[in-house]
Amino acid sequence: MAGHAAALTEEPEHGPSKRIVVAYGFWIFLISDIILFSALFATYAVLTDATAGGPTGRDLFELPTVAVETGCLLLSTVFCGLAGIGAQARRNGLYYGAMAATFVLGATFVAIELHEFASMIHLGAGPGRSAFLSAFFALIGCHGLHVTAGLLWLLTMMAQVYAKGYRADIQRRLLCFALFWHTLDIIWVALFSLVYLVGVAPR
Amino acid sequence: MSTSIPDSHGDVAPGDELGSASISHAIRGYLVGLALATVLTCVSFYIATSTLVWPPSVPIALSVLALAQMGVHLVFFLHITSGPDSVNNVMALAFGLLIVMLLVIGSLWIMTNLDHNVMPMGRLMQMQR
Repeated sequence: MAGHAAALTEEPEHGPSKRIVVAYGFWIFLISDIILFSALFATYAVLTDATAGGPTGRDLFELPTVAVETGCLLLSTVFCGLAGIGAQARRNGLYYGAMAATFVLGATFVAIELHEFASMIHLGAGPGRSAFLSAFFALIGCHGLHVTAGLLWLLTMMAQVYAKGYRADIQRRLLCFALFWHTLDIIWVALFSLVYLVGVAPR
Repeated sequence: MSTSIPDSHGDVAPGDELGSASISHAIRGYLVGLALATVLTCVSFYIATSTLVWPPSVPIALSVLALAQMGVHLVFFLHITSGPDSVNNVMALAFGLLIVMLLVIGSLWIMTNLDHNVMPMGRLMQMQR
């Protein structure tokens, strides 16, 4: 009755463990998410110069703001990794502290981005102004929505560990969350380099 | 998964670190990644704002720096490495990158071609009058 025993321990005797299968499946989803972003990115790249006489990226992008956003997201991804270490070592202080730091930094990122969007719309450079701005808001906004969803997931994971402890299934969800958060930072690297920095670079 | 593969336990989940000996060792990996990513980010911002680099080459330089930083993130944060236990993860990523390249380069190629070969809407309307 090998199958029965495997179902109890969640570790099949043959083949990869459930942790590997779950994380691999989630990895496939994340790659499809990257493909979604690449489609939005291709749209933006095609429409960069379609400003319809309106403001260009050079007029609108503020590099100090982008630098702070980049720092927030990079630090939050490191804290997210530390939280994963804390969960595997079952150290409450490390886990909850690092998750809280990840949340604060991620929330700061979203707040700065919303402020940036609001000031652009206030200047009359909303998504309806030109094809360039439509593509910009779609691309950056989609990333911002992902980060917001990630923040909700983060709070859920803190609550689940608090209520259920470091069980195997909770650990698998934590691994998936960490993969999600790290992938969002990888996408942000492409965005800040090729949207903001190339947008304001001298030609 | 077939039972005829005896060493299928050798796989590693994406995101899992191989043989992380201790907590301090694992934390050190993230700090190395943080340092490398910070350096690459600072160089990117410097290149974009200074006049040091020949302007037409700036977008290419920024693309290369972005790719390098994505590699740093993959290795130090996601632990997607070239080790034999990570082959499945790398193959999935490679296929994804193929699609990404087709999408981005293909779109830019086709749309630039159209831009060259198709008359702008405004002139077309003038001719119809």
